[in-house]
Amino acid sequence: MSLLTVEGLGKSYTADKQILKNINFEIKAGEFVSIIGPSGAGKSTMLRCINRMVEFNEGNILFNQQDVGSLNKKGLRKLRTNIGMVFQHYNLVPRLTVIENVLHGRFGYKTTFQGLLGRYTEEEKERAFYLLEKLGIHEHAYKRCDQLSGGQQQRVGICRALIQEPKLVLCDEPIASLDPNSSKIIMDHLKSISTEMGITCLVNLHQVEVAQHYSDRIIGLNNGEIVFNGTAYELTQEKINHIYGTKTKDLIIA
Amino acid sequence: MNEKTMRKHRWQSGIFLLILIVLTYLSSAITTFNFMEGMATIPEAMGWIFSNLLVSQESFEKLPKILEKLAETIFMSIAATTIAAVVSLFLGVLGSNTTKVNNFLSVFARFIASVSRNIPVVAWSLILLISFGQNSVTGFLALFAGTVGFLTRAFIESIDEASQSSVEALTATGATYFQIVGKAVIPQCLPQMISWVLFMVETNIRNATLVGILTGTGIGYTFDMYYKMLNYNVVALITLCIVITVIIVDLISNYVRKVIL
Amino acid sequence: MEATYIKRKKDGRIHIMSGNKGDIVLKWTIIILAILTVVAFLFFNYAGLELGSAIRETAYNLKVMFLEPTLNHFDLGEAFYQIGITLGLAFLATIIGAVIAFFLSLMTAANLAPVWVSRTVRVFVAIIRAVPTVLWVLIFAIAAGLGSEAAILGMLFHSIAYLVKAFSEAFEEVDKGIFEALRSTGANWWHIVKSGVLPSTFTYLLSWTFLRFEINFGVAVAMGAAAGAGGIGFELFMASSFYFDLREVGFITYSILIIAFLLEVISTRLKKRYFPATTTK
Repeated sequence: MSLLTVEGLGKSYTADKQILKNINFEIKAGEFVSIIGPSGAGKSTMLRCINRMVEFNEGNILFNQQDVGSLNKKGLRKLRTNIGMVFQHYNLVPRLTVIENVLHGRFGYKTTFQGLLGRYTEEEKERAFYLLEKLGIHEHAYKRCDQLSGGQQQRVGICRALIQEPKLVLCDEPIASLDPNSSKIIMDHLKSISTEMGITCLVNLHQVEVAQHYSDRIIGLNNGEIVFNGTAYELTQEKINHIYGTKTKDLIIA
Repeated sequence: MNEKTMRKHRWQSGIFLLILIVLTYLSSAITTFNFMEGMATIPEAMGWIFSNLLVSQESFEKLPKILEKLAETIFMSIAATTIAAVVSLFLGVLGSNTTKVNNFLSVFARFIASVSRNIPVVAWSLILLISFGQNSVTGFLALFAGTVGFLTRAFIESIDEASQSSVEALTATGATYFQIVGKAVIPQCLPQMISWVLFMVETNIRNATLVGILTGTGIGYTFDMYYKMLNYNVVALITLCIVITVIIVDLISNYVRKVIL
Repeated sequence: MEATYIKRKKDGRIHIMSGNKGDIVLKWTIIILAILTVVAFLFFNYAGLELGSAIRETAYNLKVMFLEPTLNHFDLGEAFYQIGITLGLAFLATIIGAVIAFFLSLMTAANLAPVWVSRTVRVFVAIIRAVPTVLWVLIFAIAAGLGSEAAILGMLFHSIAYLVKAFSEAFEEVDKGIFEALRSTGANWWHIVKSGVLPSTFTYLLSWTFLRFEINFGVAVAMGAAAGAGGIGFELFMASSFYFDLREVGFITYSILIIAFLLEVISTRLKKRYFPATTTK
């Protein structure tokens, strides 16, 4: 059963330049899908259209049989609680503790006042600690986030997404600012999220090898269009060149 | 860097220097300021200060009265700053690009801030004095009006700088606007904001002296009175009291700043 | 089977705050400021205050000021001349202050001066800063007589204090590598300042100087009003406290506002261009 269906998605900020053109794909529940492509291909924008952090101009997105484009404010909030998001720069509140940052993921389930007063139930706090322990950063729970390393901060970011109890996690370049060691830890955790918890993952990646190693399926994006959609096995060197097209050619000629 | 750009650079510096000299000359002419004479008065003034501006035994009798007025001034400054900080927090949130509700309110908040900041405290004091009379409230309101403008600008800058990324993350979790502002933006900017508030308390104690002279309140009024009575011993004592107060406030706020930032 | 890393309150609920020193100090700073504010309102001297009528009158006065501005006691040319005086006072205090501050800050920057010199200058600057500008002007006025000399000297003190702080911080941010490179070529202290420090900080220094000019304009207005230093501030004082002419007060306020807006626009541009990431005091 497909969790996410994207049909004819198009996005442009100005009339003359289209960031995304006629994007079509489907994602099944529990899949781990990577999106690769050169910088500026529209990967980030595409990811953000799915939870409408960016408003799209054309096409439809169906998430869990719901038409994302037509949601009102309240519906959109509900949608976003069902979709977790992980960012390249972690996007934590640096002065707050790790545990507070994780609990921020519960805001979508609360009224404004409950959220403002910081009224979290004991179950939520227990759950937060459970997740921190699962990602191996429970000893840092009371530290301020800016005292942690990049890899640790990213794990806090993942906990914040998971405590939302999402059906889908969107990851925007989750390892682009990390060293190889931390990158591996983060990717392993993301993979286990999809295999053990059955949460669907949609990950923007820079590194083709990482995508090939972890993904059930890979989508290649170039210049706002999908140019590849298949398994890691089907992604041959020729296809990679096609995705990164002009750039590789330029390199060879230069 | 080739020779041509170097020469152009040098040429530009020359012009710039020339403009500065012309402006200095014009300013001296219009204000009838004589540079040499001005410089010559410095040693003279210093000599006068050290021989006349001394705290004498009998001036100490005035100390309780002075301290009372000083306390009034300090309270006036703190009250004006904190109340202004609360107002500025709202204006700052409305005005910042990260957290604005809509463009109209953002421009409106910035406009209020700009007007209140650019009308000098002196003008506020004089305008308010006419109807509020000689009392603390006049001084309080004059300081308040100027502080709102300054703090709003500072808060807008802090918010703009600090929080774009966490705002994005919290929006993505489905948090409401107030949750985002209250739980991501404000905790993030609070130390910076408090630092500005402390800076403003200190500034306002100094400004309160000026406002006091104009509105006849607080330590400024006392200073002005003894100044006009030519009682320089008391003037010296008052100045000393102000200096000590400002330095203490400065030390406290530096300590707080060091711990919270 | 309780994990030890979870901190609980006495009633068994889980803590989520870190409770570190910074947060505690922050909390208490806010609480103390709030208490002092409440106390302040109890202590205020409310002599002769009738809030209701005062607010109504002020509203009316503001309306007259801003909607019917006119000049009665002097003409437009005179207004320009007075604004010129105020700008002149501000400019002189700034430019002389900048020159003096430049040399003082060379003595203050931790990477250019010995520690004891730097400390001495800093203490000296802190004391200067603690005396309000208006007191400096009035004190100088006793010795030099009321007039532009007293005003400029008085304003000079704060300009120097402000710029020394800004300049020395700019110098301290100069890359250490430049020093090493120059020193290794055998350059002496003045050479290092001229070819290492100045080129990389010059635009900063200029921007800070301009920011101070913006502040000094406001100060010059105030000095005109409170210390009789002349210029548009003095006219403002006369119009409001001597002639009680609100329309003229309005006109003068508008003219000050326009100049202040212009200066602010320029300084915002400068700030965006030269220090996009820092806030300025």
